Amino acid sequence: MPILSKLSRTLGSSRWLSPIAFLAVWELASRTGLIPQRTLAAPSAVAGTLAEMTLSGELPSNLVVSFERVLFGLAIGVTTGIVLALLAGLSRRGEAAVDPIMQIKRTIPTLALTPLFIVWFGIGETPKVALIAFASMFPVYLNLFSGIRGVDARLVEGARSFGLSQAELVWHVILPGALPSLLVGLRYSLSIAILVLVVAEQINASAGLGYLINNARDFLRTDIIVVCLLVYAVLGLAADGLVRAIEARALVWRPALLDA
Amino acid sequence: MDARLTFLELPEHRLYAPDESPTEPPVVRLRDFTRAFGANTIIDRLDLDIHPGEFVALLGRSGSGKTTLLRTLGGLDDAPGQDVSVPSSRAVVFQDARLLPWKRVWRNVVLGLKGENQRERAHDALREVGLGHRIDAWPLTLSGGEAQRVALARALVREPRLLLLDEPFAALDALTRLKMHGLVLDLWRAHRPAVLMVTHDVDEAIALADRILVLDGGRIAAQERIALPRGERAELTHLLRSKLLGILGGTATSDAVIPFPQGGH
Ligand SMILES: Nc1ncnc2c1ncn2[C@@H]1O[C@H](COP(=O)(O)OP(=O)(O)OP(=O)(O)O)[C@@H](O)[C@H]1O
Ligand SMILES: [Mg+2]
Repeated sequence: MPILSKLSRTLGSSRWLSPIAFLAVWELASRTGLIPQRTLAAPSAVAGTLAEMTLSGELPSNLVVSFERVLFGLAIGVTTGIVLALLAGLSRRGEAAVDPIMQIKRTIPTLALTPLFIVWFGIGETPKVALIAFASMFPVYLNLFSGIRGVDARLVEGARSFGLSQAELVWHVILPGALPSLLVGLRYSLSIAILVLVVAEQINASAGLGYLINNARDFLRTDIIVVCLLVYAVLGLAADGLVRAIEARALVWRPALLDA
Repeated sequence: MDARLTFLELPEHRLYAPDESPTEPPVVRLRDFTRAFGANTIIDRLDLDIHPGEFVALLGRSGSGKTTLLRTLGGLDDAPGQDVSVPSSRAVVFQDARLLPWKRVWRNVVLGLKGENQRERAHDALREVGLGHRIDAWPLTLSGGEAQRVALARALVREPRLLLLDEPFAALDALTRLKMHGLVLDLWRAHRPAVLMVTHDVDEAIALADRILVLDGGRIAAQERIALPRGERAELTHLLRSKLLGILGGTATSDAVIPFPQGGH
């Protein structure tokens, strides 16, 4: 039976097999009552809820709210991180001024600041955006700073020997050389931003994914909770895809990407 | 000048031109140039003139200060308060080509140039080194020899009065290196910059240079002027090689490379 054995081999090596089997077992356990609805909704129920919430507009409207929080937070955090890294990376005086503070900041887990931010900014949008901004600043700062300092000194010297001014050196040599590091930092920042979003949205939200989850918890709607978890996962994937797309465009000169 | 000037005497050939004093002022003029790192004096009261269009090869043991001297001439290290005059139009070709990997080949060639028609100029220079077809390539896709040719094009597009080469072909295979010698000579004849080329390869120095300097103990320990046309140096090579290797303080263990009694890099 060569066809059957081939089929089983293809299935056996397929990366889809185990997730599908997992879903099937989950569904079966739900149908037989092994997993009660109030503990965890069945995959089919989750899919139904997803469709329902999408059609009713409940999911999209709350997603937009969450998305805006991430976007604002990231915009502020990433911009600040880049500016500070440029200050610290491009001048010794800037490093002396900026780096110690950033290192101190690094020792404080951002989420531990939540109570303080609530005291300062209340319970509206501001503390949520501020938390995201604060958390996403550091990966960008750290990576870009070390990227700038790690630019091949021989390339800088070579370019300088062709009469480039300091500003031209920064623009043509140092920043492009540090770009791969910046993108690594950006990727970390994006995933941290989503992580912080999840926690920040637990702060008395009246809209957003966190609000949906909180509500669902109160009504024991595990299907809605799972839908929201799925959306968080999709957000994370999308963020990663975004950085990959930027990398593919910005780093075309790299051999690994040239081969592709 | 208290450097040990040595001239090989061969009665049947007139191999070396007399040290005539040219009418044009030198493009490079160093007097009493000293360079020290901490207590380590690398270059010690060195005098050096290079005349317009002259092709000078600089030999010396590893660590003798060849790169240090070249960096000073290239303006990569400044020499405050010293009697150093070099032309402002000069270009350096390093051993590693030092192309910016994120700029296409032609943008590397015109890096830092001002003015119109940059792509046009880059294309002309690249055609001269036989790489017109790689104008839009990314540097990391070039072979070592190609990268070095781009580096040459990048230096020559500036029409420098002084071209500084620091072991530009050391990383290339023997055949490619020979081709590069031909190319460098062609370019030199076409553009006539003064050239200072640092090399470990005595044969390379003999094949290319008008004058060979040996740097030792921080001074020009010896120099050889070769008047023979470049095509007719085969006989001379053998004689001169053993002599230069002698000056360099080693014996000719390998065919062409100067041995490093104190360890190489
Ligand atoms: N920036 C520096 N600081 C301290 N010492 C240095 C520095 N640059 C060079 N030196 C020392 O100066 C000496 C000469 O170095 P240089 O690079 O000029 O040698 P070189 O003749 O080019 O040798 P090679 O043939 O191996 O390239 C070496 O002993 C080196 O260690
Ligand atoms: Mg050297």
